[in-house]
Amino acid sequence: MAGLAATFGSGAMTNPIKDVLKAEAILVTGTNTTENHPVFANYIKEAVLKKGAKLVVVDPRRIDLVGLSCVWLRPRPGTDVAWINGLMHIIINENLHDRKYIEERTTGFDDYRNCIEKYTPEYVSKITGIPREDLFEAARIYGQASPASILYAMGITQHTNGTDNVKSLGNLAMLCGNVGVEGGGVNPLRGQNNVQGACDLGALPNVLTGYQQVGDDSVRRKFSKAWGVDGLPDKPGLTLTEMFSAAESGGVKAMYIMGENPMLSDPDLNHIEHCIESLEFLVVQDIFFTETAQKADVVLPGVCFAEKDGTFTNSERKIQRVRKAVNSPGDAKEDRWIISELAEKMGYSMQYADSREIMDEIRQVTPSYAGVTYDRIEKHEIAWPCLSEDHPGTPVLHVNKFTRGRGLFFAIDYKTSAEAPDKQYPFILTTGRVLQHFHTGTMTRQGSGLNRLYPELLAEINRDDAAELGLKDGDFVNIGSRRGSIRVKALLTDRTDRGVIFVPFHFHEAAVNLLTNCALDPVAKIPEYKVCAVKVERAS
Amino acid sequence: MSNVTLTIDGIEITVSKDKTILEAAKTAGVRIPTLCFHERMNPIGSCRMCVVEVEGFTQPMAACDTRVQDGISVTTNSGQLFRIRQDSLKLILVNHPLDCPVCDKGGECTLQDLVFEFGIDKVEYHAPKQDRLSEYATSLIRYWPDRCIMCLRCVTACREIKAIGAIDIRGDGYGSQVVSVHPDKCESCGECLMVCPTGALTENLSRYKGRPWISERVMTTCTYCGCGCQLELNVLNNSVIGVTTRDDAGVNRGSLCVKGRFGYEFIGSDERLTKPLIRKNGKFQEAGWDEALALVAGQLSKIKKESGPDAIAALSSARCTNEENYLFQKFIRAVIGTNNVDHCARL
Repeated sequence: MAGLAATFGSGAMTNPIKDVLKAEAILVTGTNTTENHPVFANYIKEAVLKKGAKLVVVDPRRIDLVGLSCVWLRPRPGTDVAWINGLMHIIINENLHDRKYIEERTTGFDDYRNCIEKYTPEYVSKITGIPREDLFEAARIYGQASPASILYAMGITQHTNGTDNVKSLGNLAMLCGNVGVEGGGVNPLRGQNNVQGACDLGALPNVLTGYQQVGDDSVRRKFSKAWGVDGLPDKPGLTLTEMFSAAESGGVKAMYIMGENPMLSDPDLNHIEHCIESLEFLVVQDIFFTETAQKADVVLPGVCFAEKDGTFTNSERKIQRVRKAVNSPGDAKEDRWIISELAEKMGYSMQYADSREIMDEIRQVTPSYAGVTYDRIEKHEIAWPCLSEDHPGTPVLHVNKFTRGRGLFFAIDYKTSAEAPDKQYPFILTTGRVLQHFHTGTMTRQGSGLNRLYPELLAEINRDDAAELGLKDGDFVNIGSRRGSIRVKALLTDRTDRGVIFVPFHFHEAAVNLLTNCALDPVAKIPEYKVCAVKVERAS
Repeated sequence: MSNVTLTIDGIEITVSKDKTILEAAKTAGVRIPTLCFHERMNPIGSCRMCVVEVEGFTQPMAACDTRVQDGISVTTNSGQLFRIRQDSLKLILVNHPLDCPVCDKGGECTLQDLVFEFGIDKVEYHAPKQDRLSEYATSLIRYWPDRCIMCLRCVTACREIKAIGAIDIRGDGYGSQVVSVHPDKCESCGECLMVCPTGALTENLSRYKGRPWISERVMTTCTYCGCGCQLELNVLNNSVIGVTTRDDAGVNRGSLCVKGRFGYEFIGSDERLTKPLIRKNGKFQEAGWDEALALVAGQLSKIKKESGPDAIAALSSARCTNEENYLFQKFIRAVIGTNNVDHCARL
């Protein structure tokens, strides 16, 4: 998100999901859409099969969408800047870029152009392992189509160079005049139901609601007044990953964790466990007794989506209702009640009759949500920014003008990942999800339905690598990194390239995040889940 | 695309010439009964319910699969058409058991509605009983071969909407049946289940749990990925017993994935947390809200006083609502006094 915010001025999907039906070409990278966003994938399929769109897939794994693609590029994990620069090099050389758009709507093109000069197809092919002719084909498909849409997800962002990857995709879209147009755009698919909303509503250390900076005096004055407090902290706080390090060093003494399970979702779990155990006080609010709750001093039972009213904001910035269907179990309470009661006990009154009343307060202090009323979203689909009650919302961002004024080209060079495979750890481990499970499995591993379909963790290993290791399908392997080791059943496959292992992170019994590297992207502070070095041995 | 003008039941209407008679009738506000037709799929033309008469042609035509032409005059309802439709339904009922009392689809079954509409109280035709396999591509969906009317909606949806083709038709004519040809490719998304107009495909997790007219349906937003699919939680006696969708609601247009359609069991799990827990001497003990909240408020106040507000950090949640995220960061900023608030956006 930091990458798009810097490039365009707004870190969110630029276009609605259904817009891919208007695209002449779709470039899909770092998103295994059919498994992680299956309904979005339906639109990609419809675009290709019924509307004739050309699909370019760039992914180290042979994901299902490869079957629908005109061309599939298989880069070595962590080499995204190189192939993106490579495509742009070809597009400029073949004069497929949109000069008028670049001149009228963007800035920084000359520096950027000098930077990508050296990314010749030969050079890029050497770094990425992508054949030269495939680079040409992909560049021509994207460069010749108008409009063309780019879709990406965590396969692009979860790298130490994730922000660079995103900025590079922004460069590519601007180069061909594809931002601010229907059927185009740069579209990060959000992996969790309300990750967009949590960002929008200020659950970030540097911004209040609607991305209003904590460092801005007038913003803080507005919120101080609205909230009736004397002053608000002006320096950005710690990000999730920094919080745990600070807990270890003693700077952070207490944590309040609501609806998260870092003891399974965060990188280098042994380290996280040590950090959490260093805390003086931990309170966890959740619906299940998660791995993180087990470490708490106090556990507060919250309620799930079916037991409360409110709104979620989806990946395309659309604000939609959540409605209470059943009562909460036992003494579990709505999260908003718990937070309000805590505030009350600490001497601050924070009482609301219902979630609608909270939205009304949000609207007062958040320009991009100012026109989002419950009554309106009952009847209409509204995507932010929605500046007033007679504003229709903004399905497509950056039409005619970027949020930041002119779109900014960044000159970006390829950098290697934090941890490269070597003699001792010869494989690259990459992590992700499978269709049947979600995140840390807290919800999807309950009940019988989904677990019939995917009952146990499987590590994808390339058949040829498996043959060299003497592995058969279903053998157990030990996968180890510099940080830890897990024992897991092997699934022999062609989906994963030679030298690469894919392991989902849903299973606490063999938590792959014991192995992952907590090296961070310097800007977005995203951990490098997609690349770390591991060794693989047959387990006894 | 140029336009043509035609008459449907005496109503003159101008539509683009690539439209079908069925689409034109819908524009004109004329309802033609359909069974196999589905908005999101190419016309299947298997059921003969949408037959209409076109002046100058002796044979009735399927409205779903016949393009409009300039100047034609279409009749959608006549004695002959009524008998054709009745006959089509009777031929279906030769094989389709009237086990509506134990069918999960009873009460929201397109076939049941049409049989009622066309007043069919007896079927004069007979045919040898079909011997079909009841195997299906996924254990989450049950296939009732006797109830299957071979409308082909399910196989068309799997092929056209999902581009998968896990199920297909095997055999010819009367002996044909739906079989799972690539069960390994089946994603258990339930697209087939959703489009089945009878009870031939039923949800296997919620079988016999409730009738459509006694359960309540609450429209809400899915709790899994960021697509934001709209779904209906089917509620009976304070339990979620199933998930349904509506063709006209949300970005998903009736579709869901396996998690959205079948991943609801966690809601009623008996492993849910139901009471506050406090760790005492290394062991968790159940506590009342007052005690638990007083302890949290006391500890946070103490640490804030001793070490400053920045000694406290908090994680909000992408699972929670906008309103809860807003309150959470407000609490951390206004009451604790720190910007140390984040959530799992990066994970």
